[in-house]
Amino acid sequence: MLTKRIIACLDVDDGRVVKGVQFHNLRDAGDPADCAAAHARDGADEIVLLDITATSDKRHTMLDVVSRTARGLFIPFTVGGGIRELSDAEAVFEAGADKIAINSAAVKDPTLIGRIAARFGSQAVVVAIDARRVNGGFEAFVAGGRIPTGRDALQWAREAADCGAGEILLTSMDRDGTQAGFDCELVQIVADAVSIPVIASGGAGSAQDFIDVFHNGRADAALAASIFHFGIENIGQLKRELQAANVPVRWPC
Amino acid sequence: MPPTTAPTIAIVDYGAGNLNSVKKAFDYLGAKVVVTTQPEAVAAADKIVLPGVGHFSALGGLDNTGLRDAVLQGARAGKPFLGICLGMQWLFEGSDEAPEFTGAGIFGGRCRPFPSSVKSPHVGWNSLVVRASSRLLRNVAPDSFVYYTHSFQAPVVAATTAASEYGAQFSAVVEQGNIFGVQFHPEKSWTVGLLILKNFCEV
Repeated sequence: MLTKRIIACLDVDDGRVVKGVQFHNLRDAGDPADCAAAHARDGADEIVLLDITATSDKRHTMLDVVSRTARGLFIPFTVGGGIRELSDAEAVFEAGADKIAINSAAVKDPTLIGRIAARFGSQAVVVAIDARRVNGGFEAFVAGGRIPTGRDALQWAREAADCGAGEILLTSMDRDGTQAGFDCELVQIVADAVSIPVIASGGAGSAQDFIDVFHNGRADAALAASIFHFGIENIGQLKRELQAANVPVRWPC
Repeated sequence: MPPTTAPTIAIVDYGAGNLNSVKKAFDYLGAKVVVTTQPEAVAAADKIVLPGVGHFSALGGLDNTGLRDAVLQGARAGKPFLGICLGMQWLFEGSDEAPEFTGAGIFGGRCRPFPSSVKSPHVGWNSLVVRASSRLLRNVAPDSFVYYTHSFQAPVVAATTAASEYGAQFSAVVEQGNIFGVQFHPEKSWTVGLLILKNFCEV
């Protein structure tokens, strides 16, 4: 049976794992390679590394961090942040990523999705959408949540899928870092609208939040950062609770 | 006596995506691997790995380069062959994804989309349903989880030693003599995947 994935996210700034509340107030949480290996041993199904300030600082993704993290990591590994061109994606794949996540650059030029997919396959292209509730709907934001696009997040998810995206990484900016639970309504409308997998992100604070987003949000995967790094929730314990709630997960693994 | 030379594994690069992860996993296991676009290097290797992601038409890269003949000759000569993902699908007659390209036809049947009752692509960790004993799955626990990402599936055939269930059962592992194939990505399937690759190294 296909299981629901638990994805550990490493938000990286200047080579260190950090996690902020609603993208601010960054706290240090360690070395990316160490964190990734620890999460994999704990039962994480995937690792996502986001270079959270790459776009705003106009820096290229820290390829050495990617390379060190990929070494010895034998679960799927996604890297995002600062990927603006096909050549940026090529460099990140060359450094050891299995998938890339693009956000701002895909909004600016949706053909980038198809160009990367044509070279590396759709399965390697994750389109990240940062969505916020605006006027009764959901609007997509870019540049680490700083710039509104004026675009409806649901429409953008559909277009990204049509362009060749393999997965949607959907972050609720309203919930990000709050530990107040995933935005199940947002996740559900996007998951029902596209056939590609939707990864729910933003707001994880308890095992019940994951149960809710899988049962009510119909997410294919759920991503969290801060609760795993600071040991608030152990992934094995989380998976046992999910199993008890009849959510299929990869456990024991 | 000179030291025994480790067998060389050729990872065939026909332009379909990123082969770093496959190479990295074999490197980790201490295997002697070479990633190559050259038919001569495939012919010179002791074992052949045909990876591949994406669209079945990517396999056209085999046909246009002389690699197809080199791979088939090696497989016919009894060299251990492992197809991964698209590389496994290639062992069948073809795929509805790109009907103009023919597979190796070592196994009967064609690759088809998933039933409409499930979302496609099939992405994530799914469990193996073991059907027969298999050298590739030696010491692998029966319900082990492996990582998949694919839109088309190969049918269950006599050579299927393990299946997975997604809408219906499809071939997860095929094995017949020196020919092996896995639909999932062993290089991304944690310790289970590394064990499967190790088993291939030791065949």
